[in-house]
Amino acid sequence: MLDVNRRILPGFGLSLGYSLLYMNLLVLIPILAIVIKSSELTWAEFSAAVFNGRAIAAYQLTMGASFVAAIINLVIGLLVAWVLVRYKFPGKRILDALVDLPFALPTAVAGLVYSSLYVKSGWLGQFLVPLGFQGSYSRTAVVLVLTFVSFPFVVRTVQPVIEDLDSDVEEAAACLGANRLQTFRRVILPTITPALITGFALAFARAIGEYGSVVFVSGNMPYKTEIAPVLVVSNLEAFAYKQAAAVAVVLLAMSFTALFTINLLERWSRRKYA
Amino acid sequence: MLEAGAGTKSRHGYEDPAPVRWLLIGLAFTVMTVLVVIPLANVFYEAFAKGVDVYWHNLFEDEDTWLAILLTLKVAPVAVLLNVLFGLAAAWAIARFRFPGRALVTSLIDLPFAVSPVVAGLLFVLIFGLQGYLGPWLREENIKVIFAWPGLVLVTTFVTFPIVARELIPLMEATGSDEEVAAVSLGARWWSLFWRVTLPNVKWGILYGVILCNARAMGEFGAVAVVSGRITGETDTMPLRVEKLFQEYNLPGAFAVASILTMLALMTLILKVTLEWRTRRELEEAARSRNARSEAEPSDEAHRCAAPGAKSIRSAA
Repeated sequence: MLDVNRRILPGFGLSLGYSLLYMNLLVLIPILAIVIKSSELTWAEFSAAVFNGRAIAAYQLTMGASFVAAIINLVIGLLVAWVLVRYKFPGKRILDALVDLPFALPTAVAGLVYSSLYVKSGWLGQFLVPLGFQGSYSRTAVVLVLTFVSFPFVVRTVQPVIEDLDSDVEEAAACLGANRLQTFRRVILPTITPALITGFALAFARAIGEYGSVVFVSGNMPYKTEIAPVLVVSNLEAFAYKQAAAVAVVLLAMSFTALFTINLLERWSRRKYA
Repeated sequence: MLEAGAGTKSRHGYEDPAPVRWLLIGLAFTVMTVLVVIPLANVFYEAFAKGVDVYWHNLFEDEDTWLAILLTLKVAPVAVLLNVLFGLAAAWAIARFRFPGRALVTSLIDLPFAVSPVVAGLLFVLIFGLQGYLGPWLREENIKVIFAWPGLVLVTTFVTFPIVARELIPLMEATGSDEEVAAVSLGARWWSLFWRVTLPNVKWGILYGVILCNARAMGEFGAVAVVSGRITGETDTMPLRVEKLFQEYNLPGAFAVASILTMLALMTLILKVTLEWRTRRELEEAARSRNARSEAEPSDEAHRCAAPGAKSIRSAA
């Protein structure tokens, strides 16, 4: 059928040619350019730009905060997805729609509002700051806002899998004497694990690159609350283009590795749990 | 997609005991309230904290804010249009034909999602900036790309690049080419094929892609921050204006602009839910009439996966 298509349907050459040209000009050539630019540095200069103390602190914060945010999302995402699929309650549809808000809300708005909520005089800060919870201008603030921007991933990857769970299996487990917790751990959890892993990895990858919301809440102090994308910008503002490109290449490598790992994990978990 | 499964078959199986159920529902509400609802309410509270007059003044009598709104309204539609054209071309090539490297092209489309917005901005500075590869030539020709609107359009197009294509490719694959092949064999030329067969089949998918793409384009911050140069009144888009007002300690002003962006986000969500609801109903009806015709048809699984929204997890990233 498909070989027939090329003879019957028009526009193969035009549509493919246009797509490839557009994609090359807009995406592939620019990405190639940054790699070439950073390779203009000698190895000594490159490692000085990429592996100095400030940069390493920035990578650590970026990876660490993204990881913690993704773990938090794993737990609350599973909770929200479970509740949305399994239970009936008033306000369910609104709750379901609001899950996507972090995707639709511009990150600058998220940063602005999170920076005002957790300061001492803020709505949540007035209760939390006296308890010792510093939710603004701190690493905690970075984790909080990253949790917000990557929140929908776990919910939206796990939700359809919970919907497709076969209730017969749960009934069978119950009939055979399993209590609800055992059923969840032994029957439900293994089935949704691949989706959980995917959601976790997507949330993590998203958090690594996040910039807009973090600049508002973190205070951007070098060695303390500076994330890697902020480091790229401050290099750029100092007109150190090659250094900026070098750090950017490291960031690119991190997110490509994350995406590659997602693909591997998906394949692995599909094979393991299939 | 959600209620479809739960509504049709009643669940007689083992259910969670009521206390557990209410505990979990309560926890989910708490999470969503703290994470999403309180921030949402706070935006409007802070925007109107000094009264409606001040809010109005902050939006429409601050000339720089007004120019930022206009600039966003100019940049986003261009980016959306460019990506719709690309999305249609790519979906036609990928969903209708087989060619070597097809899988590679499909996965390359996702590439911009893996690039941090800041890095995306940097890519174009390195090409079009004064120190960039094309910098000297552009300067001689007196063309400004970086620190001007063409740069804003370029980076916005880059970061929203995959969104429309990701919606259209699975949709076109699901609709199949039978109708188009029939139209061509009945003598349709390519434009009537496009306008009368292909476009009506994917119009809701396009609309869905446009809505998501537009929301992202208007809200983009990191990438435009790098290329805009932050010239007040000239290259500040709305999100950049939010940050500038924030840094000037003009919080009511920052929240006023943020409230517009928030309303945009809420509108996007409403449109998205409406479209998904509509598509789900259409698919259910189609499935019902198909099942009535033949019981052998296994299920509408392929169509369900291709419904707009099925891929939204990644495309909104």
